[in-house]
This record gives sequence, structure tokens and C-alpha cells, in this order.
Amino acid sequence: MKRSLPLAMLLSLSLAPAARAANEADYKAAYAAAEAASKEAAGMRNQWTVTVSALAAAKKAGDSGDFDRAIAAAKEAEALAKASTFQATSEKEAWKAMEIR
Amino acid sequence: MKARSALLLGSLSAALVAFALTSPRVVAADKVDPVADAKAFQNFFFQKFPDVKHEDFVNGPYSMNADMKRQWQEKEEFPPYEFALDAGKEMFATPFKNGKTYADCFPNRGIGIRQNYPYFDGKEGKVVTLELALNRCREGNGEAPYSYVKDEMASLTAYMAFTSRGKPMDIRIPDDPRALAAFENGKRYFYTRRGQLNFSCASCHVQSPGERIRAEILAPALGILNAMPIYRSEWSGMGTTSRRFVTCNSQTRAVPLEPQADEYRDVEYFLSYVANGLPISGPGARP
Ligand code: HEC
Repeated sequence: MKRSLPLAMLLSLSLAPAARAANEADYKAAYAAAEAASKEAAGMRNQWTVTVSALAAAKKAGDSGDFDRAIAAAKEAEALAKASTFQATSEKEAWKAMEIR
Repeated sequence: MKARSALLLGSLSAALVAFALTSPRVVAADKVDPVADAKAFQNFFFQKFPDVKHEDFVNGPYSMNADMKRQWQEKEEFPPYEFALDAGKEMFATPFKNGKTYADCFPNRGIGIRQNYPYFDGKEGKVVTLELALNRCREGNGEAPYSYVKDEMASLTAYMAFTSRGKPMDIRIPDDPRALAAFENGKRYFYTRRGQLNFSCASCHVQSPGERIRAEILAPALGILNAMPIYRSEWSGMGTTSRRFVTCNSQTRAVPLEPQADEYRDVEYFLSYVANGLPISGPGARP
């Protein structure tokens, strides 16, 4: 498997309170990763509304200099985006299980 | 199975995602057979709801609930879509700036043809819905297209549906591999889970028709497009098929596609074809 969804999710949940205050560079990296994941989901035509909101929340917090909050939201957006690409990939075959035949 | 255990882990590690654990049946890559699909689809609903008259399935939630049906029948004496219907009739008859009218764009001058939409257009190689055909008619005559989710489009389709009331849905799938592919793609879209809630169209409209979701009673998927467009109190107005698809996608926390995206065109083709034989009942009114 290309990406590990469970790992991404565990990571996003185990965000321990940062020992040092997060800085802008950390935020930019987290945001870029989230944005890339969400673009991949959109490319598969399977974006989730919650990903879009989490990404917007990250941007807003980042713009106001609240980098801890911004990073948390970006990580959440990334995990959601990865879950949605995972869903799209598994549904390529799994949809047939629901079919009326 | 690898994908399955990953799913399991995924949902354990995060309650964010309501992944239902379906057991993917292994299905051989079989031929596309719309006739067999339509038969199976109709039989499923006829057997699941043996007391519902076949032609009643086209009345959405009302086919599922006797109390609601009574209230609706009372309402039909002063139907809330009347305004849209009158507006649509007038718009339909009003010439464009170039002197042509909608009638010039359609077979039989647009009257009594709703049951043939969507159709597969061999030239374009794609499905053409009634909403799309109306906007193409406008653009071909030098007029700006209407929004697919707003009143004007709903008024026009309401009028056209009204002139077809009672006519059986009659969708053709020509002997063209692209038409079969469009049908299959629509079917796939219908059964594919999406959104954070991990629901497909079928999760609600096949597995749960008649059940309540918030204040609403879910319509059965069989004949689900025959009543379009619909007036809904919640919208305080009319809604097109496009608007309904967008709303249903959002409910599962999936970002909706753009109206008249290929997937929406194809799912409309699929749902209309499997409703062949059931009467057009649009425009509809919903609580
Ligand atoms: C979360 C459940 C849910 C899902 C998933 C869902 N819908 Fe719906 N749908 C509703 C509800 C609620 C209504 C309004 C009540 C009703 O008429 O069923 C509705 C109404 C409709 C209607 C109008 C029916 C009528 O007679 O008023 C259509 C058409 C429709 N849905 C199509 C779809 C399609 C196509 C999909 C998949 C893209 C889909 N729905 C997915 C909940 C859902």
C-alpha cells in the first residue's frame, strides 16, 4: 500500500502538546503536506467537506499567528484527506458488494 | 484481506471515520447488461414493498408512508409548484432575442418528451440530460445559460415534466460501447461510498427507504427521478435534479461535484433507465 492510513490517523491523534511553541516553518510544512493530500483527494473526485474546513481553519489560525492551533488543524486535514483517498481507492472494487443483482 | 484489515485499523484508530465493514464480494468482471440490471432493480423494490403499487414508487417519500401521502394529496389541490409551472410555461413560449424558442431545440417541440431524458448522444459520446439540453438550447441561440440549481431551470423542467405526466419513463441505451460505459459508470457512482460518513446513494435510497433521517422520510431509489423537479418547503422553492444531487452529496460530507459533471449525468442515466415503464409524476412537492 502506498500510504498508511492508520499510521496517519494515529499520528494525528497522538499530537502531544508541543514541548516548544510551534513556529511558522512547522506550520508551513504541515500545511503543505495537508494541501498536497487534499489535492490528491480532489484529483480522485472524492474530497470531503470536513477536509476543506480543516484546511481553512489551519490557514486562518496560521494567518493570525496561532501556529499550534494551525498545525493541529493541518494535521487533521491531512489525515482526513488521506482517509478519503483510501476510501476512493478501496471503493474502486468494493462498490460491487452493494449492487442489487 | 489486506484492504479490509487496513480499514479495520483505520476505523479503530480514529472515530472520525464511520467506515462500515462490508465484505467485498468477489465479482467476476462481467458484461454490462442493463436489461438484467433494470429487472433486478425493480424486483428488489417490488419485493421489499409488496403493498406499494408499482406506479406509486414515483412519488418518493409518499409511496412509503400513508399519513404523509394523505397530507400530500390534500396539498395537491393547491400545489406549491404551481407558480413555477406557470412561470415555466411562459418562459417556454417566450422567444429568444433571435426570435427562436425552446420548442425549436426539441423533438415534438418539447411537449411530452420528458420521459426520453436523459439520452445518450452518439455525436458527443455522452449522456445529455434535460437540464443540459435546455442550457445548450439557450447558448445555441445566443442566450446566457441558467444556473442548474436555481429557479429558472426548475421552472422550465417543471413545465416540460408536466406535459409528460403519466407517460412511462422510456430511456434507450443504444448499441454503442460508450453508452454502455456511461450506464455502468452511473451504476458505479450510485453504489460507491463517499464522504466522511462513508455512504453511497444506495445506503440511503436502497437500504433505508421509508426510514427517517432527521425529519425526512427517505425516498426509494426506484423511480426517484420521475418526480423531478420538486418543490421543497425546506428550500422554500423548487429544486432541480442537479440541486438534489448536490444536496445529497453534502449530507454525507462529500464535496459535491459541479452540476452536470459526467458522473451526475451518468447516474441520472442509470437511475432513469432502471425506472423505465414507471410514469413521469413531476413536478413534485415535498414537505
Ligand atoms: C445520507 C442519506 C442520503 C444519501 C447518501 C443520498 N441521499 Fe438522496 N435524499 C436523502 C434525503 C434525506 C432526501 C429527501 C427525502 C427524500 O425524498 O428521500 C433525498 C432525496 C433524494 C432525491 C429526491 C427524491 C424525491 O422524490 O423527493 C433524489 C433524486 C436523490 N435523493 C438522489 C440521490 C442520489 C443520486 C444520491 C447519491 C449521489 C443520494 N441521493 C444520496 C438522503 C440521501
